[in-house]
Parts: sequence; C-alpha cells; structure tokens
Amino acid sequence: MLKEYDPLKKKIFRVIDNDGKVINTKWFPDLPDEQIVKAYKDLLFARTADLQTISYQRQGRIYTYPPNLGQEAISIAAGQLMRENDWMVPAFREMGAMLAKGATLKELFLYYMGYEDGSAFKEARNMIPTSVPIASQLLHAVGIAYEIKYRKKDQVAFTFVGDGGTSEGDFHEALNFAGVWQVPVLFIVQNNQYGISTPFKMQTASDGIAIKSVAYGIKGIQVDGNDFFAMYKAIEEAVSHAKEGNGPVLIEAVTYRKGAHTTSDDPTKYRTKEEEMEWDKKDPLKRLKAYLKRKKLITDKMEEKLLADYKKEVDRQFTEAENYGPYPVEDVFQYHYEEMPDDLLAQKNEYERFLKWKEARV
Amino acid sequence: MKVMNMVQSINNALDIKLKEDDSVIIYGEDVGVEGGVFRITEGLQKKYGADRVFDSPLAESGIIGTAVGMAVAGLRPVVEMQFSGFVYPGFNQIISHAARMRNRSRGKFTTPMVIRMPYGGGINALEHHSESMETLFGHIPGLKVVIPSTPHDAKGLLIAAIESNDTVIYMEPKRMYRAIKQEVPEEKFNIPLGKAQVISPGTDITVVAYGAMIREVQKAMVLAKEAGISVELIDLRSIYPIDRDTLATSVKKTGRILTVTEGPRSFGVASEITQIINEDAFLYLEAPPKRVTGFDTIVPLPKGEHHYMQSAEKIFYELEKTVKY
Repeated sequence: MLKEYDPLKKKIFRVIDNDGKVINTKWFPDLPDEQIVKAYKDLLFARTADLQTISYQRQGRIYTYPPNLGQEAISIAAGQLMRENDWMVPAFREMGAMLAKGATLKELFLYYMGYEDGSAFKEARNMIPTSVPIASQLLHAVGIAYEIKYRKKDQVAFTFVGDGGTSEGDFHEALNFAGVWQVPVLFIVQNNQYGISTPFKMQTASDGIAIKSVAYGIKGIQVDGNDFFAMYKAIEEAVSHAKEGNGPVLIEAVTYRKGAHTTSDDPTKYRTKEEEMEWDKKDPLKRLKAYLKRKKLITDKMEEKLLADYKKEVDRQFTEAENYGPYPVEDVFQYHYEEMPDDLLAQKNEYERFLKWKEARV
Repeated sequence: MKVMNMVQSINNALDIKLKEDDSVIIYGEDVGVEGGVFRITEGLQKKYGADRVFDSPLAESGIIGTAVGMAVAGLRPVVEMQFSGFVYPGFNQIISHAARMRNRSRGKFTTPMVIRMPYGGGINALEHHSESMETLFGHIPGLKVVIPSTPHDAKGLLIAAIESNDTVIYMEPKRMYRAIKQEVPEEKFNIPLGKAQVISPGTDITVVAYGAMIREVQKAMVLAKEAGISVELIDLRSIYPIDRDTLATSVKKTGRILTVTEGPRSFGVASEITQIINEDAFLYLEAPPKRVTGFDTIVPLPKGEHHYMQSAEKIFYELEKTVKY
C-alpha cells in the first residue's frame, strides 16, 4: 500500500467520501463493526470534551486550552493502533490518542488548570508529557526508537507534529536521524492548514509534507486525515512496516483545525466563513456517523443518549480536577534532581520561613 | 596506578562504563571510526561495536534531542559536542527537555545523560573554539555542570556523571587534554558531583578556580610564596550544584577570596561565588571579594588572545592587592 501511495505519485489516500460512502474497497481496513462503533464513540467523546473545555475556559475555570476540533479522527485511529508497550510522544493536540494510551481527561484538565501533576500521566504506560516547544519532541521519539532497535524490542514509537512544526529544524533533524538509523518511529503530521494564523502555503513551498519523506530515504504517505478508515489503514501499514525493521514512516494527515489555535486565538481574523463551511463538509465525525448510519450500526437516538452520558462524564472529571486542592511548596522544588541540592533546599527553607512569617502577620 | 593525560583518563572512564553497563551509548560528530577530533573516544567503537559507539549526523539539536529520548527509554547516552561553541543549536533540547523532563513528568521520566564538550581558550584556535560559557548551563534549573582540572578528576567525575540520574553537562578544559600527566587508578572510582576540593591549604587568601585555571593559579602561587603570601586553593569541580560550605569554611579561615575564571565577568561564576561569600561569611571578610575573569568581550582570535586569558602574573597582581587591601 505504501508503494501504491508513494508520495511522488501525488495521490492522497482516502477510503470514504464526505457522505461516508466507501470509495476504496481495496484498502478498506479489516475492522469488526464493534471497533468502528468504538471509534465513533471515542470521537464523539473527544468532541464533547473539547467543546465543554472551551466553555469552561470561557467561564474562567481553566487557563488557555488548544482544542482538537476537526482533527479527532487522526488521534482516534492512532490510539486504536497503539499497543500498551508502544511509545506515545505527543505534541499537544492529540487528545484521543492520549486518552487511548491511558491518560485521563482529569489529568488533561489539571495540566490546563496549572498543575504539572496533569502531565505525569500516572497510569499511562510509555507516554511522555506534551511538548510545547514546537517539533522538539520528534527527536525524543527517534531516540526512543533507537532504544527499541538496540534492545530488539517489539515496539513502535508514535510521534505527532503540526504543519507549522515541519518548518522547524528539529523536524528535519528527526527525519534525517531516523532515516540514517532506520528505527521504528512513525511521524504523524497533522496538517491542519494553519500554524496559529499562518496558512500552510506560508510555511513551505513544498507540495504537501509527505513528499518530504523521499529526500530522507524513508517511506511517506499523504492521507485524508478526516477519514477515520484511511487513517487507520495507513497507520496500520506504517506500524507493520516499522515493526518489520524497515524504518520510519512519515504520515501526512490532511485535516482542518475547525477551532482556534488556542482559546486565546481568534480565527475570524485570518480565514473566511466560506473556507470553514467547505471544510465542515469533510468533518470526521459527520463522515464516520454517516457510514455507521448507512450500516444501521447507530441511530440518532443512540447518539443522543451517548452525548448526555459523555457530557456528564466530562463534567464529573472536570469537577474532580477543580477540587484538586492547593499546590504544595514541596512540588515546586522536589522534581528537579534525584536528590535536592543543598542550595536548592536552602531556597525552599527560606521561602517556607517567609510563608510562616506571612501567616503569623495576618 | 597508571600515568595518564586527560584524554587517556576520559577514554578510560568511558571504557569502564561501556564495559560494565550495556545501557551506555556514545555518539556525536566523528566519535566513531575516528575517535573524535581530540581522539577521546579512540578505539571504543572497535571494542564495543557500532551500535554503541558511533558517528551521528552533523546536528547538535538532533544529537541532544535523540539522547533525551534514549534516556527516557532507559539508556544512558554520553554524547559529545565537538566544541562547546557549537552546542547552541542544541540549547533548546537542553533547557526545554533534558533539564525539565523529570519535573514535567513529576519524576516519572528522567534523563540520565551526559553532554561532554571541550571548552576554553589558550590553544590558538579559530573563531568559536575558545569560549568558556559554563555560566549559561549553571543558570539552568535541572542541570548539573561539572569541570575537571586534572586527569584524575576527569575520570572520577565522568564516571559519577554517567552514573547520575540527572543530566550532566561535562565540560572538558581542552587546553589540559595533553598538558599534564599524572598517576590515575586503573580501576573504577567516583568523585561525588557538587563537592569542591581544597587542593592546597593556606592562611592568607582563598583562591577558587576550576578547569584550566587551576594550573594558572598554581603558577601564581609560586610568585605568592616568594612574596610571603599563603594561598588556600580550591578546585570548584562542580559549577552546579555549587559547594557553598567548602567556600565559606575556607573564607572564614583566610578572610579573603579571589575567584579565577576564563569566561566573561558579568553574571559569571565568580559573581555567584562572591555573593555566596557575602551571604555566608560576610563578617569574616577583610577585603572585598575579588574576581579575575575574562572580559565582557568575545575571545579575541589567537593574535590577541593573550590579552583575554588569565596569566600567573595577572592572578598574582590581583591576589597581592587583595591581601594588602
């Protein structure tokens, strides 16, 4: 399949159309109906969580938040294909994959409320915290994949970046190192057309991102990122490719950031309603739902019930996060070194003496 | 015991760790087949294989960023920057990830890795090959910064750095690589990070230095002795964590302190030491703490470098003034 969709052929990989009709039976993934329904449910959950988080932010109950709206199929597909021992090296717009890997929504809330505890992902195996310095995380995935190859482990490292991130030097260095080392890493580029306000054509003169794989001597594929089936199939193929020792794969998921970059951003300043409407037709949730309705695997009534449950669940986890409690002084200091240096301990003690003085003063 | 120079003792430390711990991986520019431009890793690829000691693509961010990933996954990478002047493309990986991973993951992930780099002047090098920028690293929370001054210390500190579960910046005074030889134990030994060493006890003034400056101070001490001044020389060894106690204890005895560094003066290690003494030994001071440092200028190219570098005479000049204050 990777051969058939060689990026030099300039063919985007797509399995269903905008109405959820299968247009590519040859590469339709081999999935039981329940798993497809599960994907739909997870996508709906991620969408619900996103919308509610935006509203919490508007109410002043959470700090800046980067929504996933419109891009969820990518993360949901990746999440279904990540095994427990595979590595997840996120950027910061991969909610579905992070939840699948074992992060909780409560933890994500904690992070955006301002607790580092929300990036520890205590129960998630082999997932490092989100990475804010753009594209820098790609190199970590390559290093992790080197360990996998060196120790001959049956694992794959997944990592994510946006289209803006492909302009960073670390994107180049990561693909180059991965190509030289031939390590099992999947680079998933969420090409959502914008880096905050900067459109894709201002990031690169390249005809897409997937084609960049050619120069690094690695495999690449351009996929309709709003098509769950296409994403699933492409990642599945990439995983086998990497697991068989054939090296990394660059997957360009063509999608659209329906929401703002973060809650501090205002997309009306740099894009048109017409453009948004055009992409709305390709919405991943709508397309998956249309497929399932046609197959009579879901109904509007089912969706209504799910939506009500999910809203409650999101609210429950948010309330838990809101009641997390104060930030202990100890937590500022204790995680910088294996053993706290004397000088740092002295700074902590000095601050605690001040707090005591302040308390006694009132 | 075996007589070694610093190149040999660092190679020996790497050899010992490669042998006893298969999670130790060494890479960097030209470190594999050639053994690095200073031959520090010579022979190691042959001995341990090209999956453990190898040449990397020429990209400092790539080297350090992948090392962060390896360390997170359980390896102990020891990477080489060819010269400290070329580490800057990797700075984001150091400050944003190597130094922060433990804190961001609340201790779940650590980055036990060592970034080795030759630094400092005095070898008639080209542009970007003579700087001493240890302050930049000492300022970053989450890092340890170590600088040996002798072949013996280079070995013990490097072994401790590789065994540390924190990220360690290990700066090698390249002027000292082949400058002196001394007896170094052939077996493994550690020198704890964060501890300074009193090299020679004295009573009139404390002189603090590290790296290649130790030897310059020792030359100045010959002049001091002729002038009847007794110097207590401290090798700082660790820039961070900094050993406040050893510094303060010494100044409480001598009442005077002079710090000698190669790097620019402002916001430098000498400034930090001065403030430590102000906080911990102020009432014992008989003279203002003094600094002999590089200027707040770019290190001149070889024809002008002697103006910038610290010489025995320059150190003695300031030392005598401080004692006679």
